[in-house]
Amino acid sequence: MKVKVIVTLKNGVLDPQGKAIQQTLNGMGFSDVNEVRQGKYFDIEVNEKDEKKARIKVENMCNQLLANLVIENYKII
Amino acid sequence: MKSSVIIFPGSNCDRDMDVALNKFGFKNKMVWHGDVNLPKSDLIVLPGGFSYGDYLRCGSIAGKSRIIKSVINFANSGGLVLGICNGFQILTETGLLSGVLQQNKNLEFICKNVFVKVGDQKNKYFKNIKKEILELHIAHNEGNYFCSLDELKSIQDNSQIAVKYCDANGQSNEASNPNGALNNIAGVFNKKKNILGMMPHPERMIDKYLSGEDGSFFFENLLGNLK
Repeated sequence: MKVKVIVTLKNGVLDPQGKAIQQTLNGMGFSDVNEVRQGKYFDIEVNEKDEKKARIKVENMCNQLLANLVIENYKII
Repeated sequence: MKSSVIIFPGSNCDRDMDVALNKFGFKNKMVWHGDVNLPKSDLIVLPGGFSYGDYLRCGSIAGKSRIIKSVINFANSGGLVLGICNGFQILTETGLLSGVLQQNKNLEFICKNVFVKVGDQKNKYFKNIKKEILELHIAHNEGNYFCSLDELKSIQDNSQIAVKYCDANGQSNEASNPNGALNNIAGVFNKKKNILGMMPHPERMIDKYLSGEDGSFFFENLLGNLK
């Protein structure tokens, strides 16, 4: 089954790319954009039919590799 | 003294490091990342570069490579492990050093000489170092050191801040901070101070006429402390 993961920066961690995107959007006329935070998205095909088991596997992947928990959070969707 | 430099796909400072180590009297061996065992070594070096193309996060894939388990065991048993630039990023990704190297605050690759001030001399790397302020080279896109405030307090309390960016007079402030690093941190130790990670490249500063000698002081001193 397919599991989707979103990795985002934790609150309070500086995101200069997000800031640059926000400023560009503002400059393009999207003046109501107050903040942009950039993240990563993963589509993971796991050879496992049981959804619960697949999610546990992906959780381990997130903790060990996909996210750096010093600065990032992850969400399995 | 014996040293080993690990080569990852995308390492590009491995040979410079080899030249530097041999120049100052280490018997150096190059070790491929796919190997399992380390040669008998007094010092392991993770060199600079762009291991695995900086995919996912800088150093994250190299941090899971085959040889790394042996490097972690070597480090945990008290062996000296030095990570320069990408090597520093790899050490934070393995958890051997605290914190993380984020993208430079100005979003630009920075390649220039900087000054760093040695923060702690009660360790094998900087004990008896000739100069407290060293002029070294940096070349990185992700050198912006970050850690939580609790972690910062902990590394400050244990004198684990190895080197800080400063100006020629040793002043650490925003003007002398090239990349936005927290508290101008350019390098840190683990608690036992056998593991050192730093962004500046001492191996690029070992020729009196071309680059200056401040990197030479680092290697000469390290070798002297190991003998």
